[in-house]
Amino acid sequence: MGKENESTKFGQFGGLFVPEMMVPAQKELNEAFTKYASDKEFKKELDYLLKEFAGRPTRLYYAENMSKDLGFKVYLKREDLLHSGAHKINNTLGQGLLAKRMGKKEVIAETGAGQHGVATAMAGALLKIPVKVFMGEVDVERQKLNVYRMKLFGAEVIPVTSGSRTLKDAVNEALRYYLTNVETCYYLIGSVVGPHPYPKIVQHFQKIIGKETKEQILEKEKRLPTAVVACVGGGSNSIGIFDAFLKDKEVKLIGVEAGGNGLKHGKTLGEGSVGIFQGSKSYVLQTKDGQIEEAHSISAGLDYPGVGPIHSYLKDTGRATYESATDNEAINAVRYLSKMEGILPALESAHAIAYVTKNKSKFKKEDIVIICLSGRGDKDVNQLIEVE
Amino acid sequence: MFGKKYFIPFVVLGDPTVEDSTKIIKGLIKNGANALELGFAFSDPIADGPIIQKANNRSLANKITTAKAFEIIKEVRKGSKIPISAMLSYNLVYKYGTENFYKKCKELKVDAVLCPDVPLEESEELVKYSKKYKIAQVFLVSPTTTKERMKQLNKVCSGYVYLVSLLGTTGTRTEISERVPELIKLTKKEMKLPVYVGFGISKPEHVKNILALGADGAICGSAFCKLIEENLTDKKAMVEKMEKFCKEMSKATKK
Repeated sequence: MGKENESTKFGQFGGLFVPEMMVPAQKELNEAFTKYASDKEFKKELDYLLKEFAGRPTRLYYAENMSKDLGFKVYLKREDLLHSGAHKINNTLGQGLLAKRMGKKEVIAETGAGQHGVATAMAGALLKIPVKVFMGEVDVERQKLNVYRMKLFGAEVIPVTSGSRTLKDAVNEALRYYLTNVETCYYLIGSVVGPHPYPKIVQHFQKIIGKETKEQILEKEKRLPTAVVACVGGGSNSIGIFDAFLKDKEVKLIGVEAGGNGLKHGKTLGEGSVGIFQGSKSYVLQTKDGQIEEAHSISAGLDYPGVGPIHSYLKDTGRATYESATDNEAINAVRYLSKMEGILPALESAHAIAYVTKNKSKFKKEDIVIICLSGRGDKDVNQLIEVE
Repeated sequence: MFGKKYFIPFVVLGDPTVEDSTKIIKGLIKNGANALELGFAFSDPIADGPIIQKANNRSLANKITTAKAFEIIKEVRKGSKIPISAMLSYNLVYKYGTENFYKKCKELKVDAVLCPDVPLEESEELVKYSKKYKIAQVFLVSPTTTKERMKQLNKVCSGYVYLVSLLGTTGTRTEISERVPELIKLTKKEMKLPVYVGFGISKPEHVKNILALGADGAICGSAFCKLIEENLTDKKAMVEKMEKFCKEMSKATKK
């Protein structure tokens, strides 16, 4: 191909696989992003909102009980303590400000469990931009509480009835709406997926997780961690925390995908193959013919058949490894961390906890393992009651 | 091969079944279609509105595969020489093997390939094999396409230009976009190829108007897929209605 290093790509992955109508909009977005990413005023405003509105920096918490139990040092990056209860707000504030600077009249977003939808709705209320959230009909039914929260923030929630009526279909519908209203609308995508420049934009706004983590661990331990572990759905919290460590080859980067229920899963990197899905080239769960398969995970945030192209690149280059934890392991990890540390993790983040607990024999006494606690688990309590 | 005053129906291969689909396409050829755009069903087409999404789903529900879709084309090709254009999401081409896909097209005398989710920026691979196997590579031009971009597209596009008449997804509309007249003129000037207009063409007067504005042809998809959707319980009526509609649309090119 010979074009492997052009800026829309991560190795062979990524790219701009969109209909002609969207191309000028993506170029405009890329120009605006490139301009504001290095703009002092923009950065100042975003830093202010991240600090005063969202509550950054988040703590890097030494999980002493868990460390004693497992036999090595475990730190938790507490993104669960952010306003909205998850890391998603880092990105929605960043892109919300970008939409505003670009003079867009409305913001649209897709959501699965509703976390990104809620974070977008919050940013919309704060920044005074109307928000429409596309959400699969199945998820609307499963996540009534989040639907109501979005409405409280003034957002319009649009149930999506096409396809499997879940996250992937919400993305399709958001893309179709964007195609139709491309001149006035800003599509605020929630993960490092989709066409260029979205994967880069979302990584940019999430890399603050890793930047803080690195500073904090160097201050507390005076050395880099042995491993950084994070769950991977689309892959935004994981790339967020990995980013600062990419060049520190001695730090193991471990992404944990949804192992599902034994039959169906969300192991896009583990078991998928390379394809072109929702605007970029990446690993995807698909049939031999290239039809996209439905993913499954108990955590709606990991229930997605695609993954960010940067992760496909990190997998193929070997810089990061991708493992999985099952639905049951994740549920047990929620219980474990709640009892052990008095911290209730989101089911998504619990996959990362589960990986570490079940692989404790792989770590030595002097090792330091950092887990990205991407969100809090209050949203999952109803689901946990049902499982009981 | 891609001429003027063309009416081009679009249907999804295998919709609602392989057998019906073959019958439908043969009927369209007999009733005035000057060329065909044949879609390969995909689970997640981003440029398609609800009507064509449903057509994709019906075809997939009956276990269509890329290989079976090619079989329909093979069958249709036996009785007709009219230009056939394969329209599909890039992932299907990629998974079939890009070179294999074009090789198969050559073998079945498919005249053109159009992947709506592959813009100029990502077209290198497709253009390479389209040239190698002498298949036309068609690109979209839309109301957001600038003159500069048309000059660029002109270097890679062959066969015809698919002019998207409005911002949005495929589907039937009551009126065609007001930007279309100027867009047709500009496209004709910048790209020396037949210009066929699609998206939102659903009535004979749309065809007539589009041609009067200087377009070389009109593409109609959703209206045909809707006839399938509405007549699933009576396959005979389905084919008859589609043939009748095709005849009316085709007649409108001659007025």
